[in-house]
Amino acid sequence: MSTNEQPALLEVRGLTKTFTATPALSEVDFTLYPGEVHAVLGENGAGKSTLIKVITGVYKRDAGTIHLNGKLIEPRSPGHAQELGISAVYQEINLIPTLSVAENLYVGRQPRFLGMVSMQLMNKKARKLLKTFNIDIDVTRDLSSYSIAIQQIVAIVRGVDLSAKILILDEPTSSLDRHEVETLFSVIRSLKEHGIGILLITHFLDQVYEISDRITVLRNGRKVGEHLTKELPRAKLISEMLGREFTETLGKRSNQITNSDSKHDTFLDIKGFAKRGMIEPFDLEIKKGEIVGLAGLLGSGRTEMGHLVFGINRSEKGEAYVESKKVKISSPRKAIRYGFGLCPEDRKVEGLIADLTIRENIILALQAKLGWYRHIPYKRQEQYADEMIEALHIVTTDAEKPVRELSGGNQQKVILARWLVSNPELLILDEPTRGIDIGAHAEIINIIKRLAKEGKALMVISSELAEVVDYSDRVVVLRDRKKLTELTGDEISEDAIMQAIAEK
Amino acid sequence: MVEMEKQVLTPVNENKSQKATNFKWRNIFRGDNRALWTILALIIILLADRMVSPTFFTVRMINGRLTGSLINTLDGAAPIILLSIGMTLVIATKGVDLSVGAVMAICAAVSAVLINRHEAGSDNILYYPGFVIAIAILVGALCGLWNGILVALFDIQPIIATLILMVAGRGIAQMITDGQSPTYTDETLAFMGQGTIFGMPFPVYVAIIALVVVYLLVRRTALGLLIESVGINAKASHYTGVNATVIKLFVYIISGICAAIAGLIVAGENTYADPHTAGMWSELDAIVAVVIGGTLLSGGRFSLVLSAMGALIIQSLRIGLYISDLHPNANLVVKAIVILLVLLLQSKEFKQAVGRLFKPVLKLRPVFK
Repeated sequence: MSTNEQPALLEVRGLTKTFTATPALSEVDFTLYPGEVHAVLGENGAGKSTLIKVITGVYKRDAGTIHLNGKLIEPRSPGHAQELGISAVYQEINLIPTLSVAENLYVGRQPRFLGMVSMQLMNKKARKLLKTFNIDIDVTRDLSSYSIAIQQIVAIVRGVDLSAKILILDEPTSSLDRHEVETLFSVIRSLKEHGIGILLITHFLDQVYEISDRITVLRNGRKVGEHLTKELPRAKLISEMLGREFTETLGKRSNQITNSDSKHDTFLDIKGFAKRGMIEPFDLEIKKGEIVGLAGLLGSGRTEMGHLVFGINRSEKGEAYVESKKVKISSPRKAIRYGFGLCPEDRKVEGLIADLTIRENIILALQAKLGWYRHIPYKRQEQYADEMIEALHIVTTDAEKPVRELSGGNQQKVILARWLVSNPELLILDEPTRGIDIGAHAEIINIIKRLAKEGKALMVISSELAEVVDYSDRVVVLRDRKKLTELTGDEISEDAIMQAIAEK
Repeated sequence: MVEMEKQVLTPVNENKSQKATNFKWRNIFRGDNRALWTILALIIILLADRMVSPTFFTVRMINGRLTGSLINTLDGAAPIILLSIGMTLVIATKGVDLSVGAVMAICAAVSAVLINRHEAGSDNILYYPGFVIAIAILVGALCGLWNGILVALFDIQPIIATLILMVAGRGIAQMITDGQSPTYTDETLAFMGQGTIFGMPFPVYVAIIALVVVYLLVRRTALGLLIESVGINAKASHYTGVNATVIKLFVYIISGICAAIAGLIVAGENTYADPHTAGMWSELDAIVAVVIGGTLLSGGRFSLVLSAMGALIIQSLRIGLYISDLHPNANLVVKAIVILLVLLLQSKEFKQAVGRLFKPVLKLRPVFK
């Protein structure tokens, strides 16, 4: 455990970084001691990413100092930062999936024997290296054959082995399940024992309390507090992050079923959809004004179910009825024509058109639905964008900004806005709150509830049980690519869902 | 749905905001400040041409025809501009069309062979000059359709898909002309390459009209947006309901049509169709023009106007080298160097590197005071 008397590993003082007039960081102090996990928390746009990017040399700072082991440093690039001893591992893993684990660990610095790259030597070294972190895997297999968690650990081990004194972890757990998080945490603990300082960025508060020693809270580019984790109550942390008093609403069922009465018509009825290797046959019925939650562990088939319904993958058997009419959902275009919309799990890859403006992203689905010749007049596009920016509280200076410049939560809202503008009857949301901050989180959940009230059918996939319990009228529980059961009304609780998953 | 469409497609009342006023200009010069560098590069090269040849900007009217190096530049740039229009759209979808030079040869050959039958006295209406031009353009569109099918339906990588026609195309052109280079005397077809209106060469009008028509086609409909969206993120576009197949077919067909018209112009200039040389290496000129115009080969944001300027840069460079005293053998190397310089001018990394180079010098200055 670290104390303030120990010499600091990394000392950041008065760090300021400004992008086109608005400061992303202003006079931020940050201190990291050896052998501690220091969590940096804050809403989207608080300046967490900017802080990391300045420390790792992606951005040049405007003012302030960075001392590493008491020496002033000027990181010029991530490579240079790594030479100095600062390694960063991001959510998107920057390794080569088709190379073996050992090759990934040693790429660019393969051990040589008599001047030749020695595979045997490399594999031996890789095994030994991973052993020190209690990871025992076949290092000769392709990296892609392992789970995201193992891939992440390989990335961490590679970073540490490149003489890292400081390890920066940006949302390392957001695509891991509970068990995988445990594995990762055991690696982090052994890194602590080696005296490595860890800067952790995450949105999972439970994990912050489980693993971190110290917390720095940022808001709007300023540091609002630094605390020892054990001395900081949750309520205080949340109010610091939000800058306002916050009463936790999640976990309680606020959406007491009013909707799944018989007076509501069925919008979509699916009988026996299935696809080999993806999901076993399932039935699914969604009524208008109903929120159906899909719960299950990672890899349980939640996303696959959504993909089959939206036509991204074609079902091999079964039938689908939209408002009692038989339909063939053979592609997303078809699904959209029947009034479906899907906010995908991976925003960047499957959702956003990064270089297009916010306005263009928002009108895209509607424009695609209308066809290329029925152009939405510019004024009308602007009106849609402005309306949505206001309605969903998208934080931006104007609608003409490229959407890639927005923070994660705001990007998610843009994708939601894209579907709202096209006025769908059924909206499939795959992890709509993943990787976004508490404020936006609550707003998105409110939007989900509001849409249901307006009579839309919603299908929400989420790994946060409390959230699913909060808004669902009905919960479909999945395990191992199979629909297990449905819970309705008062049956819905976190315990009931977990029990359903655990039951044989 | 129908009601909603009506509502969606009617413009909003004007008084809502004034933001739209500078919108059109921004649209024309899409792609950040690349526009500035492209225009600057064109001006510099034109000035360099003026230094090489003092009469470069002199335009005279001789026999009702404007003459001078500047006019020659515009005239010669017309086919490249045409190709670059189609190429811009193709590249914006993350594709490339290597076959345009070969398509030029095919369409030139088609026009020459058909008009020869007319000249030989055939009464068939299909051999009349107007129809010959229409048929040649149709053949170009079919060539584009072929490329589009390979890329959009069979998912073959564009560089390979269009390479097939690039290689086969000249062979097809030779088969059409039976290995000959047929000449013709028809005035309508010759007008495509040699004619003038108000003293200005006809190809210049063709290039400008094509530019305006395609510009309106992609920017006054949603095509431009959908093309960019497919080029930037094909997967997300698919999930959003964008019909990438239709978009891709469209851009390759446009490219084929542009190539056909360019082929007619080149054939008209010489009043003969040479399957071996017509449009040779033109695809590379077109690709370079598009890149100079700021459209990335990785697809996405594009500007037709800047691509046309890129074509003008290439042609003014070519003319400049042609009238200079430089040994002809050096031409290609000089051309390559200048193009490299233009591209470096646009490279953010290069400009930053140059900026860093000068920094230490500035810091030292006080010492010498």
